[in-house]
Amino acid sequence: MLRRAGVFLAVLVCLWAAWEAYKAFGEAVGLTWPFEVNDRTFPHIHDMFGQLFEPSRRNGPLLISVLFDAALFTAKEAAVGFVLGATVGFLLAIALVHSEILLRGFMPYIVASQTVPILAIAPMVVVWLGGRGLPGWFSVSVIAAYLTFFPVTINALRGLHSVDPRALELMSSYAASRWTTLWKLRVPASLPYLFAAFKISATASVVGAIIGELPASIQDGLGGAILNFNQYYLSSPPSLWATNIIAALLGISFFLIVVLAERLVVKRAPERFA
Amino acid sequence: MNERADVVSLQKVSKRFERGNVLALSEIDLSVRPGEFVSLIGPSGCGKSTLLRIVGDLVAPSSGLVVVNGKSAEQARIDRDYGIVFQDAVLYDWRTAAKNIALPLEMLGWDRGRRAERVRELVELVELGGFEQHYPWQLSGGMQQRVSIARALSFDPALLLMDEPFGALDEMTRERLNMELLRIWEASGSTVVFVTHSIAEAVFLSTRVVVMSPRPGRITGIVEIDLAQPRNADTREEPHFFELVTQVRDMLRAAGADSADPISEEEEELIAAEEGLTP
Repeated sequence: MLRRAGVFLAVLVCLWAAWEAYKAFGEAVGLTWPFEVNDRTFPHIHDMFGQLFEPSRRNGPLLISVLFDAALFTAKEAAVGFVLGATVGFLLAIALVHSEILLRGFMPYIVASQTVPILAIAPMVVVWLGGRGLPGWFSVSVIAAYLTFFPVTINALRGLHSVDPRALELMSSYAASRWTTLWKLRVPASLPYLFAAFKISATASVVGAIIGELPASIQDGLGGAILNFNQYYLSSPPSLWATNIIAALLGISFFLIVVLAERLVVKRAPERFA
Repeated sequence: MNERADVVSLQKVSKRFERGNVLALSEIDLSVRPGEFVSLIGPSGCGKSTLLRIVGDLVAPSSGLVVVNGKSAEQARIDRDYGIVFQDAVLYDWRTAAKNIALPLEMLGWDRGRRAERVRELVELVELGGFEQHYPWQLSGGMQQRVSIARALSFDPALLLMDEPFGALDEMTRERLNMELLRIWEASGSTVVFVTHSIAEAVFLSTRVVVMSPRPGRITGIVEIDLAQPRNADTREEPHFFELVTQVRDMLRAAGADSADPISEEEEELIAAEEGLTP
């Protein structure tokens, strides 16, 4: 544990040093390719973190407290989107695993759904769900779910199909129904695959929520903050960078929650963790 | 059901695999009486595993009549008249040894208390005390197979089907488990149909050894094993044991089992078909 923390810190320090070294080098030799290096394009890392503890506007609250509230708001959207997408994705896989015809018929459309850019889907979702008495952020959750369900469906299908044919024979020897076979065998066997998907989906749901806030014109989340600081980038570059750091931390937290859940739920030989 | 009725009765059972149009089994006639321990022995690809699956209604025969416990094989399966053990233990990784043993009982709707009690008995029977809460990957191959046997016996089926259950184990473990299986068989009084390709194992365990020919599998002969019961480690040293082993070996040879041909592609396909078939 101590060793892992040590490695983690060492990597962090190396990345920090590499960033600062490149900046110092770029400024010293007047690097113009691929871009000019100065405080605007390449701020000091301590300035990014320092910015977190500056007021967000004159006499306003600290930036970190503004971003913390925004991150919580986006986390809510992403979490609801993740649960929604994971549920839909899993149910879809269960339906498809029982019907070869459905699988062949639906698969191309499931794949196609992911080739349509999220920015093209988002305005439609906002139009469809707006004015239904649902909170505005719910549209954003649906957009996040759209990114979330796909890895879950694909991996759940693999997992549900991953069962040993012998184990299926065993269930058959007990005259087990499809339903029993599903719950006693297929679903538990698919858990390692599901968690591999959840790890991808957890981070995707955060990205989906941040992007989804833009067309939904939601100001309260990290997407709104990114848009805002984008406009003021010339006057205060570190604000946008600081926002990105918070967004990354949110994605990492989601990932870690899934890893923790996996440790608690999946009972497998250690080498079989995906 | 009549006490003396056969547990398994096969009449002119044939199996042709659609894929590759291979005749795997040809007109098998066989009866297994209650309490018998019958081994099926033959070269790889002779259809012995397929025959076992036909008895278990996991593979449908192409023609012929299969009666298990006085009813159709399908009805016998639905009534859970048999337990099955495969070459691999086929344990569920996410269940402890105790929970693996209890799996069929859960499906039969036994309540928790009754299950726990039965699992305790079985753990004692297969000598796994202290390992109930271990997960399969924490157990040796031999212990995994004991769990698998306990699971098959858990609901006290009339018939035990075993498909090369000790084939993947080392010789020492195999011989020890052979002894234990005999003890369990005597204690449980069930009927066993056992697939193997070890002659010594077949002779040591069985009351009858059914010798099968290479594909298409047919029964070339049946050897009555009249070694005294109960058998023990000394049984393997008896001259009569060697006579019987020789008898089985000669019968296999006469059937062309040791023609020593490298396995042809077609045969491999057949084996693969046997391996992968699910209803």
